[in-house]
Amino acid sequence: MTDKLINKNDLSKLINDGDTLLVGGFGLSGTPFTLIDVLATLGKKNLTVVSNNLGEKDKGLGILLHKGCLKKAIGSYFTSNRDAVYEWSKGNLEIELVPQGTLAERIRCGGAGIAGFYTKTAAGTKLAEGKEEREFDGETHVFERAIKGDVSLIKAWKADTLGNLIYDHTGRNFNPVMATASKIVIAEVDEIVEVGELSPYEITTPHVYVDYLVLSDYKKIGGKYVVPGS
Amino acid sequence: MLSQEARIKIAKRVAEELSDGDIVNLGVGIPTLIPDYLGDKKVHLQSENGLLGMGPTPDEKDINMDLISASKHPISMEPGASLFDSSDSFVMIRGGHIDVAVMGALQVDQYGEIANWAIPGKNILGVGGAMDLVAGAKKIIIASMHQAKDGTPKLVEKLTFPTSGNGRANILVTEHAVFKFSDQGTELVEQLSDLSLEQLKEITGAPFTYQGALV
Repeated sequence: MTDKLINKNDLSKLINDGDTLLVGGFGLSGTPFTLIDVLATLGKKNLTVVSNNLGEKDKGLGILLHKGCLKKAIGSYFTSNRDAVYEWSKGNLEIELVPQGTLAERIRCGGAGIAGFYTKTAAGTKLAEGKEEREFDGETHVFERAIKGDVSLIKAWKADTLGNLIYDHTGRNFNPVMATASKIVIAEVDEIVEVGELSPYEITTPHVYVDYLVLSDYKKIGGKYVVPGS
Repeated sequence: MLSQEARIKIAKRVAEELSDGDIVNLGVGIPTLIPDYLGDKKVHLQSENGLLGMGPTPDEKDINMDLISASKHPISMEPGASLFDSSDSFVMIRGGHIDVAVMGALQVDQYGEIANWAIPGKNILGVGGAMDLVAGAKKIIIASMHQAKDGTPKLVEKLTFPTSGNGRANILVTEHAVFKFSDQGTELVEQLSDLSLEQLKEITGAPFTYQGALV
């Protein structure tokens, strides 16, 4: 099979208290449900999670909110997750709100060895408060730092045994960029195929970025992921 | 006018502003109605979660939770569609490759500055791609009801809600009128309802000109 395939319960050895986790997904699409389910049982503390929207209420990353393991969430859209809003209002969760494109680019820089970048996005707004501003070509730009993680938890459709990944439609979203930006990268996949079965033209994440593979407990039925037997 | 009727009227009028071949990003709310009113025009819809060439809602049997719009609704793909990650998607948006972004707004000021992400005094917990689009789209059309639900005008002299950035809207389309913005201020270019100019002025929060004269 493949050296990279691990049991989902090995996650406990790879994640430590205080880690920064980059977690893929947009809404619930491209979300590593199995890895999140396991993470919710580990009792880790003070985690910082970087993710576009923290899943939804009781779904995806939303389930971590009840467990008290999150210290901080960095993302672009938490409004639709009432639990995140509640925990934040109670002072139990720090939130750093980042424009979606700035979030993607900060993670891309983290993976590309670039310390930061200047962008027009958010210049002159509340989200630029306290950040360095600089004029380029007559327009104000904001300096944004790269984001790097300790562990990335990502979701792909298929892997080959080397760890090359392909994604299902818009389930791609933040996953490929998060695959580049952490010390340890764990990809949850629906299926692992032999090397050579994925076309080089379709491989989106080259295996160099992927440390471990975990097979998903979920199966897609009628277009939705469900746990078999549930 | 019934709210849905007004929303469709706005969507139809915005559709007239789009040209064959345009690369268009549609925000949530009224903008999502626009594809139904494009007629023979063929535009390429960009969805910021990673798709260029977004098609209509699929049949129930073809729904895939990994093929969704930025509003998280099931979608399909047009022939010629392409898929990409969030980073590439915002290269498109921030790099000035989107011809037209159509979005809603909480407020627009007389020069086209936009507030569309936060209400003062409420929890500010979501921005999504709004600021990236305001900063990066070549042309911005605001599609919005003329007044907020509490009756306050959306078009204002000066924003009281937090700004979405230094980018400016080019056009505002409401159920009553089409306005254009420039450094000189707001110009009424078309009336879409039977309100008199005086009545329109009463429900609008910013000064505007019509045929060269201040109304």
